[in-house]
Amino acid sequence: MPPEFDNPGTGAPVPTGAGAPEAGLGLEADGTRIIAADGGDGRQGAGPWTIAWRRLRRDKMALFALTVFLLIVACCLLAPVWANHVAHTGPNTTHTLEKLHEGSETKEVVEPSGKAIGPQFFAAGGRFFLGADGHLGRDEMVRLLYGGRASLFIGITAAVITTILAVVLGLLAGYYGGWADAIISRALDVIWSFPVVLLGIALGIALAVGGLQIGPIHLKSSSLWIPTLIIGFVTTPYMARPLRGEVLGLREKEFIEAAVAQGASAWRIMFVELLPNMVSTIIVFFTLNIANNMLLEATLSFLGAGVQPPNSSWGTMISEGFEALYSQPILTIIPGTAILLTVLSVNVFGDGLRDALDPKSKVRYEARAGTTAAEPEGV
Amino acid sequence: MSATPETAPVTPGAGGGPLLAVDDLRVGFATEDGRLQAVDGVSFELEAGEVLAIVGESGSGKSVTAQTIIGLTRSPNSHIEGSVRLSGEELTTQSESDLQSVRGSKIAMIFQDPMTSLNPVYTVGRQIVEAIRAHDSSIDRKSAHAQAAELLGAVGIPDAERRVDDYPHEFSGGMRQRAMIAMGLALEPSVLIADEPTTALDVTIQAQILHLIQDLNRSRGLATILITHDLGVVAEVADRVLVMYGGKVVEEGTLDDIFYDPQHPYTWGLLGSLTRLDQPRPHRLPQISGAPPSLLNLPKGCAFRPRCPHEFAKCAEVPGLEARLPGEPGHRDRCWLPPEQKRKLREIGGRIGLEEPA
Amino acid sequence: MARFLVRRLIGAIAVLFAISVLVFLIFNVVPATNPAQRIAGKNATPQLIKNVEEEWGFNKSLPAQYWTQMKLIFTGKVVSYNSHINIDKRILEGIPATASLCIGAAIIWLSFGILFGYLSAIRAGGLTDRVLTVVALIGISMPVFWLASILLYYFTYKIELFPPSGYKPLSEPREWFSHLILPWITLAVLFVGFYSRVLRSSMLDVMNEDYVRTARAKGLSSRRVMTRHVLRNSLIPIVTLFGLDFGAVIGGGAIVTEYMFNIEGVGLFTAEALKQQDFPSIMAVAIFGAFFIVLFNTLVDVAYAYLDPRIRLGTAAA
Repeated sequence: MPPEFDNPGTGAPVPTGAGAPEAGLGLEADGTRIIAADGGDGRQGAGPWTIAWRRLRRDKMALFALTVFLLIVACCLLAPVWANHVAHTGPNTTHTLEKLHEGSETKEVVEPSGKAIGPQFFAAGGRFFLGADGHLGRDEMVRLLYGGRASLFIGITAAVITTILAVVLGLLAGYYGGWADAIISRALDVIWSFPVVLLGIALGIALAVGGLQIGPIHLKSSSLWIPTLIIGFVTTPYMARPLRGEVLGLREKEFIEAAVAQGASAWRIMFVELLPNMVSTIIVFFTLNIANNMLLEATLSFLGAGVQPPNSSWGTMISEGFEALYSQPILTIIPGTAILLTVLSVNVFGDGLRDALDPKSKVRYEARAGTTAAEPEGV
Repeated sequence: MSATPETAPVTPGAGGGPLLAVDDLRVGFATEDGRLQAVDGVSFELEAGEVLAIVGESGSGKSVTAQTIIGLTRSPNSHIEGSVRLSGEELTTQSESDLQSVRGSKIAMIFQDPMTSLNPVYTVGRQIVEAIRAHDSSIDRKSAHAQAAELLGAVGIPDAERRVDDYPHEFSGGMRQRAMIAMGLALEPSVLIADEPTTALDVTIQAQILHLIQDLNRSRGLATILITHDLGVVAEVADRVLVMYGGKVVEEGTLDDIFYDPQHPYTWGLLGSLTRLDQPRPHRLPQISGAPPSLLNLPKGCAFRPRCPHEFAKCAEVPGLEARLPGEPGHRDRCWLPPEQKRKLREIGGRIGLEEPA
Repeated sequence: MARFLVRRLIGAIAVLFAISVLVFLIFNVVPATNPAQRIAGKNATPQLIKNVEEEWGFNKSLPAQYWTQMKLIFTGKVVSYNSHINIDKRILEGIPATASLCIGAAIIWLSFGILFGYLSAIRAGGLTDRVLTVVALIGISMPVFWLASILLYYFTYKIELFPPSGYKPLSEPREWFSHLILPWITLAVLFVGFYSRVLRSSMLDVMNEDYVRTARAKGLSSRRVMTRHVLRNSLIPIVTLFGLDFGAVIGGGAIVTEYMFNIEGVGLFTAEALKQQDFPSIMAVAIFGAFFIVLFNTLVDVAYAYLDPRIRLGTAAA
């Protein structure tokens, strides 16, 4: 055999024929670890995760976004602390007839006209930090923190559900092919060709009346699990379809053929050989899913098909605030900004993560980008 | 065996100076893992009607050299030094728009994979018309289209009048490469750069394409740079050969120099791995052990050292590209071994080859 | 081409059927309460519930129920028990408003999405790209109803630049236009962000294609390489997306925008039905929406075939 020559033949502005450094990086196009040919350089030890981490660490914007997101999560987790020790009230406690004493001044929480008090910040010792929420006079800050818990819970849990469903379906369809693939793919197609919002609404409203009965488990119609399950379910095709495609591609690779030849069980091939090679895709989708889920939750809740009373989320807060848009726009702006900041931070971080995990972006260097975009939701 | 400077003492061109002169060309790329020196001081000259072959493995810098000649490697993260002169005119410092008028019209380039080198959404004819009209917008579409059909006929595409309106996917691989050549010839360039033009093709088609290139070279006096990893291809058409390794030229000479009196062990390895019909088939073709070095981290001294079975102390120093054979100023190499010793070492079983390291 | 169309048509009908089954299941099998009661509405008398049971076939087998319900919807006889109006008629009446909203928004999101994506890609890594990336991500991350609230508050109330919400028919062009500007922007913003990201990444992929190098090697100007070769080939995924998204917004996806701006289209009707938990209406809208999505999906495939000759000519795609 002559020595292996292959010309990668990529186009400018990327250096062509620069095949050797590729081998040195020990990264194949699909992010699998390959044993670098001994090129006499000391870099072949750098695995894909090390490279991804090195790249992510350099992406200041993504790290900033991650920090913002973690701060928001921490604040929402600390909601009871704020409620009990600073605001001294609960998210659903009404203060309609109360008065606030700020030094020598006395203010009504809700004026006789129905207009609620605006942001007080620390003037009243942290009570009504962001004002009250309309004629019921509930503490907006406390509601915001508790609402955030619901929104984040749904966003993250639904992403976990989607990921589990999508990975299992993608593996089964991609690995077995044939009938399993035909059934799974067609079912995903049907759900996919349905507007996410419309499907979410239909399910939400169908379950909002009597709750959900799955075998012995009964979920009350007000349970946060109902919107969570709905969102987890309706977004599954958007992740399962690309994962199936990735499995199809990986199946053709030699290491899978080798495993099959060695008589490895289907289970082993799917979860030990295939799954680890899909991790970077899964991570990126999972992250972007959280952002999309939170927007979808807000939309469903806004339309009355998501979080049901007595629970509240940022979506329901905007829905309530919208009714007083012209007299108290702040009640719409506050929860809306909270959603925007959270979703934006997740999206920016997810974008950076995708760049870091995308082996192609190393070649692009200057032109780093790439969108494995998930569908937009909540129009 | 004098230490000649890097400028190549080849035969001067007829009309004062060579057609294409590349002098000490260096191309580096900024990558995440540091600077990658893809081409490191390459010099050569090309006369009208000559076929120069550049041979090497992937990562040896041969394709980058070729693409740099017409400025395709220009980008914010590339760094280009040295000079490329076409009929005395410097190309490396030309503006992008000036270079555009050179590309295609004075220097044409065809690429390795004809399957992906044509845009799938336009007809073949339209892509040739586009090339013609890019350089001379006074030609109307209709006559450009007729010219495209004529060109396709000239490169041997049957029924060219009709096939000119086909899409690339309706062409076979060999026909696509012919179409690529037709596109390259559209503006009657003086230089054709063929970057692995036959690698992606079937063996029988390879020969046809090579003969086409050879014909064009003879009939039109088209100076040709042929980039390949395949010495078999070189043997068929080249006049002169550059062997590249790790971004540098390690040996250069005439076709006969390289095939019958190769000086660099890397060249021996390349020759040894050729299947030859004039000798009994060996049980196993010898190969060069190891892999090409990473351009980010080249070995100190001679870049081929880690893979060379004949390495000795002197190899820790970088060898210059020098004429080491008396009376052969055009045959130069980068190997410290004395020529007499080379003659002995390269003989393996009655033919030239590179022995396996112990 | 004819065979291709027939195959696509059969596929479309199959998907439509599957969707109608899905909708049927959602409203008749998934909920844990008596479906007749839900259809009859919150304040139904026992007699009304009995009538509904009969009309919708709840006393029959599931396939029979499915058949009865689809017959009601597709023959235009489905009536809301809450508002006593014919739902199919109401949907049809809403189409001009919904179409005005969606077509206008689509023009905006396509033009700006492509413009931003193009600028971002050709300046990849530069300042323009970075700014546009942030803008696009903000667009993608913005809740639509929130953007609508802000626009309404500032542009129709604080400074009365635009008329308050509502819809004016096309017969009054100026009014029609001025009432639709804010809804168009609202609906388009998310897609502008999304499309510019998709186009950018698609273009960066295409830039590495061999045929782009060929185009450069034959001496085309950078602009021509970018538009005729890179952009042209990068638009293929955009066309796919556009078909899906346009089908989705016109098929009821613009619920929030219509609701916020009080545009009397299909979406507003859906939102009202939701607030009243009016099941027959939501069911009909869902089927109606699915119809449009499947329709545009099919159109996309045809457009795709036009854009990519490999598919048009029925040869295997590379």
